Amino acid sequence: MGMTMTQKILAAAAGLDKVEAGQLIEANLDLVLGNDITSPVAIKEMDKMKVQGVFDRDKIALVPDHFVPNKDIKSAEHCKCVREFARKNEITNYFEVGEMGIEHALLPERGLTVAGDVIIGADSHTCTYGALGAFSTGVGSTDMAAGMATGKAWFKVPGAIRFNLTGRLPKWVSGKDVILHIIGMIGVDGALYKSMEFVGEGIASLSMDDRFTIANMAIEAGGKNGIFPVDEKAVSYMKEHSARPYKIYEADADAVYDQEYTVDLNTLRPTVAFPHLPENTHTIDEIREDIVIDQVVIGSCTNGRLEDLRTAAEVLKGRHVQKGMRCIVIPATQAIYMQAMEEGLLKIFIEAGAIVSTPTCGPCLGGYMGILAEGERCVSTTNRNFVGRMGHVTSEIYLASPAVAAASAVAGKIAGPEQL
Amino acid sequence: MKANGTVFRYGDNVDTDVIIPARYLNSSDPAELATHCMEDIDQEFVKKVQKGDIIVADKNFGCGSSREHAPIAIKAAGVSCVIAETFARIFYRNAINIGLPIIECPEAVKGIEAGDQVEVDFDSGMIYNRTRSTQYKGQAFPEFMQKIIAAEGLINYINNKQ
Repeated sequence: MGMTMTQKILAAAAGLDKVEAGQLIEANLDLVLGNDITSPVAIKEMDKMKVQGVFDRDKIALVPDHFVPNKDIKSAEHCKCVREFARKNEITNYFEVGEMGIEHALLPERGLTVAGDVIIGADSHTCTYGALGAFSTGVGSTDMAAGMATGKAWFKVPGAIRFNLTGRLPKWVSGKDVILHIIGMIGVDGALYKSMEFVGEGIASLSMDDRFTIANMAIEAGGKNGIFPVDEKAVSYMKEHSARPYKIYEADADAVYDQEYTVDLNTLRPTVAFPHLPENTHTIDEIREDIVIDQVVIGSCTNGRLEDLRTAAEVLKGRHVQKGMRCIVIPATQAIYMQAMEEGLLKIFIEAGAIVSTPTCGPCLGGYMGILAEGERCVSTTNRNFVGRMGHVTSEIYLASPAVAAASAVAGKIAGPEQL
Repeated sequence: MKANGTVFRYGDNVDTDVIIPARYLNSSDPAELATHCMEDIDQEFVKKVQKGDIIVADKNFGCGSSREHAPIAIKAAGVSCVIAETFARIFYRNAINIGLPIIECPEAVKGIEAGDQVEVDFDSGMIYNRTRSTQYKGQAFPEFMQKIIAAEGLINYINNKQ
């Protein structure tokens, strides 16, 4: 019986020739990540430990991004705690305001995540780096603390679901639509405790930004991780962004999968997840009634990358955001922000009546920079539409791609770019 | 080790955003987090919960964010155990890592209603519904997880090993 791609990476990190689903292992970590919400709890836990200091100051990434720039005094105290810890332990990869970005866009861009890595992060969307062929998964603050101290973490080896992608995405259909379609198909616990392994000839046509978005939302199907095979596109991304050596693992031909699905990319349509679960998906064509909205957010670790901004700009160019509507665009990192400026995208957004913010997770988790009032509706390129996620408990979030979000901002109701 | 208390009953997909909304995550103080526990799904919870009480929910409890503040808030509110059909995996890890006992048992979940008096024996994995005089066998923790729970969390467990 062979191993899946994820199992092979975990076996190597645990120093074992072979692992199987259900086995408990202890693996060596290549990177431990935390943000301004989860790190302070981890730092407090670390203080209780007998171990002094961190296992490797180069293998820890601290990215204050959720409530940063500090939204209030308490958040400022949390950030101060992280900053002081980073200084004291001489953490190489601490990213201050001005160099930071949303963690899951920032780390691959800075070359800190490469194929073959085992990465834990005290943030559920840590699964993003599977796009590069790494095993990466979200954990809590205590795991982060133990990881920072020992460089190790325990895992239950996951079984896997294989998604065979065929065909090619049509115009205006993106990685976001692929993953929303899949979550709609298998449900928010459809991949509970499992790896989501994406394979097939359809992957070649997916950009790296599409793959990051798809891997990013594996957690929204309950997945432990999402992972892509390493092809030329992934290799050239890593060579461009990282000096670190990478290692390519491939699933065995006789690897066992709990389930298999085929997704024909040609047939996908722009897809929207209705409140209050990411599995409540409808294609744009299935939405018959007018769903009038109050706000649009384009950004986040899911969809705040350059390609997302280019798509939104393509829709917004020469058009204007509906009167009375708030459209908030948040480039995910400083580098993306700069590139968007150089390409003239920011000008398009501002001329269209949108605002452009410094990188932050802010509105996605109802932190700040776009909180919803009672009964308000938002189309958002973020990843969760749970009750109260972006504000008042009666507010509603519709998850969609940047193309649909931008078109909805123009239409004042949920719309695809083809409907403008 | 045993838990004994009155049941608060919830449905599918109770996410960490309703367990502890992000607007309160500018604090990491357990006592403060506890005052907002379950606020967006059940405003009565913090008013009614007593030390030792038990949360029973359907599938995928704790889905969403990795915030450890969620199990911390539940534990600090006085809850002694969470029983669910299934747990989201990060919540499962976090609960064990901070020493909040949790048990997966679909049969028990079906047979327990809000307000029932329930007792859980973690050593055997047995769940007793004292109100309805029924009992269920839950999934006992692997030995290694039992050690973490017994040490009241991963950090103490690691400290004990050294």
